Amino acid sequence: MSPTGRPEGELDPKRFSADGSPVSAGPAAAAPADDALLVARGIAKRFGGVQALADVGFSIRRGEIYGLIGPNGAGKTTLFNVLTGIYAPDGGTFTFDGHALAGQKPNEVAARGIARTFQNIRLFGNLSALENVMIGRHVRTRAGVFGAMLRDARTRREEAAIEKRAFELLEYVGVAKRANDLAKHLPYGDQRRLEIARALATDPKLLALDEPAAGMNATETASLERLLESIRHDGTTILLIEHDMKLVMSVCDRVLVLDYGKRIAEGTAAEVQKDPQVIAAYLGGDVTLNLKGA
Amino acid sequence: MRALFDTRGKPALVWAGVAVVGLALLVLPFALAGVGTAWVRITNLAILFVFLALGLNIVVGFAGLLDLGYIAFYAVGAYVYALLASPHFGIHLPFWVILPIGAAVACLFGVLLGAPTLKLRGDYLAIVTLGFGEIIRIFMNNLSQPVNITNGPQGITLIDPLRIGEVSFRTTDTLFGLAFTGPIKYYYFLLAVLLVVIVVNLRLQDSRIGRAWEAIREDEIAARAMGINTRNMKLLAFAMGASFGGIAGGMFSAMQGFISPESFILLESIMVLAMVVLGGMGNIWGVIVGALLLSFAPEILRYTVEPAQKALFGRMLVEPEVIRMLLFGFALVLMMLFRPAGLLPSATRKRELETGREGRRR
Repeated sequence: MSPTGRPEGELDPKRFSADGSPVSAGPAAAAPADDALLVARGIAKRFGGVQALADVGFSIRRGEIYGLIGPNGAGKTTLFNVLTGIYAPDGGTFTFDGHALAGQKPNEVAARGIARTFQNIRLFGNLSALENVMIGRHVRTRAGVFGAMLRDARTRREEAAIEKRAFELLEYVGVAKRANDLAKHLPYGDQRRLEIARALATDPKLLALDEPAAGMNATETASLERLLESIRHDGTTILLIEHDMKLVMSVCDRVLVLDYGKRIAEGTAAEVQKDPQVIAAYLGGDVTLNLKGA
Repeated sequence: MRALFDTRGKPALVWAGVAVVGLALLVLPFALAGVGTAWVRITNLAILFVFLALGLNIVVGFAGLLDLGYIAFYAVGAYVYALLASPHFGIHLPFWVILPIGAAVACLFGVLLGAPTLKLRGDYLAIVTLGFGEIIRIFMNNLSQPVNITNGPQGITLIDPLRIGEVSFRTTDTLFGLAFTGPIKYYYFLLAVLLVVIVVNLRLQDSRIGRAWEAIREDEIAARAMGINTRNMKLLAFAMGASFGGIAGGMFSAMQGFISPESFILLESIMVLAMVVLGGMGNIWGVIVGALLLSFAPEILRYTVEPAQKALFGRMLVEPEVIRMLLFGFALVLMMLFRPAGLLPSATRKRELETGREGRRR
């Protein structure tokens, strides 16, 4: 599929091989193309004079944890917002699970199977933790106004199922004991986990997490890592923006590096941290970097 | 009704309480009629305001959309009833046909107001809805030319009362030795409808739809990211709220027998909003309390201020109306200082938090 509204010439075919692996990536990153859950091509987004994203392409395979890193202002969150329909891209296409995605509204994207969390937690603060997750079930349930008013057998069954699933998800992420507390009264780490539970409630195929470890201490990050591993193990693909390099390097199968809205590298964690462009982006010079210890 | 009264622990006690309240409500009109039939009418109007406040609560309390023109839907319902059951057009349909039509037309107007204001929030939405309310009132005032639809400022008179079978709600019937006057009949009818409206509201709040509204109120972007179609849900809130207003308007028409645009001024919208805010936005019981308080307070003042002044000073120094606005303003200031979330704030969550609601626990 050719990206609409952009001259073909602007796409560098070398950078968009079938599996999305870049020139700098080694053979380890190669995989069959039909394995891709999300394929992005030539994504561009401009805010006034600022080119927030320019010609960004990548592909995420089913069942992997895909990292998205880059210095502050690199365009990571913008890419998230474009992907989830909060911003309309100025160019490029997303193909998710065989369907074109670009230009869809956030609720349609969620219905398609992409759920997200937010960098600055956006829970429904005055609702209980359980209700937050129950709202996540909205998109997978059907009861309408008349069902609500008549409260017929079907609606009651659905309602019970929503509640059951919501509670299971709270247990899954480990905040079940705070189920009836208002979301805003939860400790910070639990709010992060609750946001993940709420996103999981939409039965996503792809879970997009925007800095889930931000502000967490080492213990909390370690338990978040276990949570991410088990989510992946249970069959949900994860797209992860994160500044905690230790977490990224240990949990991500592959990593995409953005800088100034451009893709500068992609590959396994080990490959990316040896990439001179990445090192330059992070440290602004020609130095060696040991990200393992970060 | 199970969700209505928490029967956990002592069901017998709760049901006894329900029985006592029910009995009191059944006997109430006769007690009021003893004081004066006017009080039965006042009570009926208070119940209508409870309807309005509950309808507005869906829009303002649940979905968080500030609507300052809510009375327009009341007006639409009232005019639909008046036009379809009066000599004005010579149409006399029965109420059970008109009330749903009134609700549907009001619902349509709700969507008409909702559609262009979808992207507005807070102050901006308030201004647009305020304008909408005025537009409706001005239309009612001027739609007497070139074709006389609303009869302009003169309003519509001789509107049919409710009629169930042979029983007209205008005449007095005697049953079991009790005189059922018109207002008393309306009282029972309104009470029955009120019960339905309360149950519908409680169920809506505690449903998939109600949660979606709450999500929009809390954080619209997060709500969308969770797959909630915020456009449809907001329109639905406007439509539902407007329908309640339309039904209340229809009953107002039937009860009064006369309507004119003067009954649907901005101040009425503000009063309904004040009822919602005073009682506690989003809490159905709070809203009911707020509506009853603000409906009865002026009437009580009317009957107490004058005699009190006569007794104290020998003559009347300040009009009851002036005192009413003074006290109203004072009460609102006190409310904002001491109970900004309303008399019965929507923190019913507190109860949930301490005890856990049945089914919400495992």
